[in-house]
Amino acid sequence: MPAKVITIASGKGGVGKTTAVANLAVGLAMDGAKVVCIDGDIGLRNLDVILGLENRIVYDIVDVIEGRCRLKQAMIRDKKLPELYMIPAAQTRDKNAVSASDMTRLVKDLRSEFDFVLIDSPAGIERGFKNAIAAADRVIVITNPEVSAVRDADRVIGILEAEEKGPGALIINRLNASLVKNHDMLSADDVLDLLAVELIGIVPEDEGVIVSSNRGAPVAFDPKNRAGQAFRNIAKRLRGENVPFLDLDHTGGLWERFQRLTGRK
Amino acid sequence: MGFFDRLLGKKNSAESAKERLQLVLIHDRTDLTPAELDSLKDDLIATISRHVEIDAHAMQIGVEHDGRSQRLVADIPLKAARRRRSRKSK
Repeated sequence: MPAKVITIASGKGGVGKTTAVANLAVGLAMDGAKVVCIDGDIGLRNLDVILGLENRIVYDIVDVIEGRCRLKQAMIRDKKLPELYMIPAAQTRDKNAVSASDMTRLVKDLRSEFDFVLIDSPAGIERGFKNAIAAADRVIVITNPEVSAVRDADRVIGILEAEEKGPGALIINRLNASLVKNHDMLSADDVLDLLAVELIGIVPEDEGVIVSSNRGAPVAFDPKNRAGQAFRNIAKRLRGENVPFLDLDHTGGLWERFQRLTGRK
Repeated sequence: MGFFDRLLGKKNSAESAKERLQLVLIHDRTDLTPAELDSLKDDLIATISRHVEIDAHAMQIGVEHDGRSQRLVADIPLKAARRRRSRKSK
């Protein structure tokens, strides 16, 4: 079966695109899928360090496009998961080194060999982003429960609609349940109300994400970590499994509602 | 967010964020600033007044949203037709 091609985009930088791509790739590969992820951020390569593969890079995506190597030579196999590959971005070039049709052609060659192709979009809504969504069957928008990230996510969703790239699906990343409880952070429901798109996952804010990126081993490898669990669940949903959402903010209890009413929580 | 803030009617920050975003997103999606909306309102008043007498002060215009689609909604109260006018139309 040909691969599903999924691009992760956000508009705003720093909301967790690369982390999401790395963790979803790990989650999918842990479940036995054959996965390749592509760093679409030409000039600001990062997926390699998040996956801990930075020392293995010989060729990059621009080398493939400009014919200096074969596609296989630029694909780096993960250390732990033999069915997971990564194609790095070029670090010394800029976004103009790749066109949308280059991207589509590259992805076309990968489709027959993999179950999933994940593309890490650069921030922004310019050329790099347009390239990253050009080949996608589906675009997942990732945001944080925070005004600027939600606003930018809305722009991205609007562009996806205009370009007929489907309605998109949303990951809410870095949700802090205690801030939400104190009404000092937008809740997942608030964000969904505002953006009116399908939700595919909520990832809690977790220190483990930074620790794991320090080590170059995505948090999805950690069986006990909540953020890792959330990413693994999203990976399962991408495969069509019906996985219930994690209970992150324990709303709805009578006692808690009472406490909230009196401002004690 | 303490009890007294609530008593004083102070809005919690998540609520402010949501309300501000609601307005900002409407303008982002429609490319219509509050100033442009005002000028549209003036144009509407001028145009409609040529045909029928309206209560321009009570007129309301705004953008409502249903999911991701936007709708321009105008509420334009008509003034009761004067007798002379209604007689003429008979």
